[in-house]
Amino acid sequence: MEPIIIEGTPKTPTVRFDATEGIFEIKGRSIPENSVEFYKPLVDWLDSYRETPLDKTVVNIRLEYFNTSSSKCILDVFKKLEAIHKAKNEVEVNWYYEEDDEDMLEAGEDYESIIRVPFKMIEIVE
Amino acid sequence: MSFSIENFFTDQSNGNVILFYKGNVDSDAINNVLDEVEEKLLRVNEQSKLRKKVYNVLVESLQNLYHHVDRVPEGFEDQSAEKYGIVEVKRVEKGYKIMTGNFVKTSNVEKLEEKIKRINRSTHEEIKELYKFILNHQRISAKGGGGLGLVDIARKTGNKLDYSFRNYDDNYSFFFLNIFVNEEY
Repeated sequence: MEPIIIEGTPKTPTVRFDATEGIFEIKGRSIPENSVEFYKPLVDWLDSYRETPLDKTVVNIRLEYFNTSSSKCILDVFKKLEAIHKAKNEVEVNWYYEEDDEDMLEAGEDYESIIRVPFKMIEIVE
Repeated sequence: MSFSIENFFTDQSNGNVILFYKGNVDSDAINNVLDEVEEKLLRVNEQSKLRKKVYNVLVESLQNLYHHVDRVPEGFEDQSAEKYGIVEVKRVEKGYKIMTGNFVKTSNVEKLEEKIKRINRSTHEEIKELYKFILNHQRISAKGGGGLGLVDIARKTGNKLDYSFRNYDDNYSFFFLNIFVNEEY
């Protein structure tokens, strides 16, 4: 599978989904007006990956800002990962947040409570 | 015109206005407003927690306008704006105020007000649950909004949504939203 590599912009995140290593990363800002347009290819890609996933998939989410419209799309991403996990593959989500950013921590906890995949909350200390 | 929209903003201007914008709220306008406010908050070395909160709330306010405003009434001074809105950000004592204003068809007022009232009578815990419920159960609408903007604003600020509607003409009202982001929350 071809990896997804997208460079970040002021409104959209850097994305690296690598199926050969099983490491997926979303990093930066996710505040586009039309988040579906941005996330749809990622969700579709995960649908393909789901057919033959690696034994272990590690997902690193390291967002500085995201808007509510992205929050739904990120949930769609997690739902795909949940399906992979449900099919007895190891999936681990690392949710990064800056030390004073309680809102970002809470956002991670929201997902953790909705999605049945192990989450690790990781504080970034500067 | 039955009242002056701009006066409504300037009349209440206690505090230091760091941004005022009126006109079409398209993607470029949103970028410009966000860049300008972020730059100003960085320049005054605003503490990062407050800076992030203001930025987050501003993103949601602007994108609420982007996704939800009704077309300007016929006869309104600015016909070039498909999505007409007003935004003001100011430094006040103990925080920031973000004010937005936009036209709403009077027939849509009741629905919007009901939504705000539901948020305003909820506790912080209930707002968190409401956020999660909408996140998990509601699809993104045809307009592109997630239905979460106001809930998110109330959740992040921890404050009630201060709002008002003014009659503009037979078919239109003007909606004002006045958001306060506290220094210490």
